[in-house]
Amino acid sequence: MIEGISIYEVLTLSSILFFIGVYGFFTRENLITILMSIELILNAAAINFVLINTYLYPDFLQGAIFTIFIIAMAAAETALAIAIIINLYKLVSSIEVKDTQVMKY
Amino acid sequence: METILFYILAALIIFFAIASVSSRKILRAVIFLLFVLISVSGIYFMIDYSFLGAVQLAVYGGGVIVLIIFSVLLVHHVELELEVTPLRKKLIAGVVSFVGLGITLWSIYTYPFKTASVDRTIEVKDIGMKLLSYGDGGFMLPFEVISVLLLAVMIGAIVVAKGKKLKG
Repeated sequence: MIEGISIYEVLTLSSILFFIGVYGFFTRENLITILMSIELILNAAAINFVLINTYLYPDFLQGAIFTIFIIAMAAAETALAIAIIINLYKLVSSIEVKDTQVMKY
Repeated sequence: METILFYILAALIIFFAIASVSSRKILRAVIFLLFVLISVSGIYFMIDYSFLGAVQLAVYGGGVIVLIIFSVLLVHHVELELEVTPLRKKLIAGVVSFVGLGITLWSIYTYPFKTASVDRTIEVKDIGMKLLSYGDGGFMLPFEVISVLLLAVMIGAIVVAKGKKLKG
């Protein structure tokens, strides 16, 4: 744990980061920036997992290992989303949310 | 000393996160996101979980950000500015986020957490033993599932990004 920092301050930081991500998710109108907001949200969740593990249950490792899984999922999701975005750009020449009304046909 | 460092990191994270969701130049938004991710890895280093900090730097700073920058360069002009979001939408999203943040903080500060007193460094060895153990509380199965998922995503990304099949 971090010396002189209680768990409340850490959880405050991660919830602020989470809701900044939610704000970005609501306001952005471009697929890539929406993806970046999702990265912020996932990072807030990862901070929560690790810090609750170290502050409350230091004898276990579950939270620490789940964070590795979260990072793997985030990387996989980003790769797939970028592939979809590039394919969509080839189809409709735009990645604004309002222009993407078709999926395949 | 650690307290000051934590507050500096927290201020950097919040400042750059806000800059990242509100900047109108898309490439700058990506770079601000990179700063957020690096500051988060600083927090992992502060709680002595250096393996995760290294993973965060390598996967996010080295992989995800490069991928996002490449896709930005492929589909946008560098100087392009994003459309301005209508003020009404911004207001609604801001109010929703603030209400959610308020509820979350209220429930955090009213809950009595029982902080453990022992301090422990998370070793890489423990992580490896736990990930590959198939006894009680082992993570062998999720580990394998994640590796299958990564393979599926790799194939899927290639198939999706290649687009239409060429004849012949």
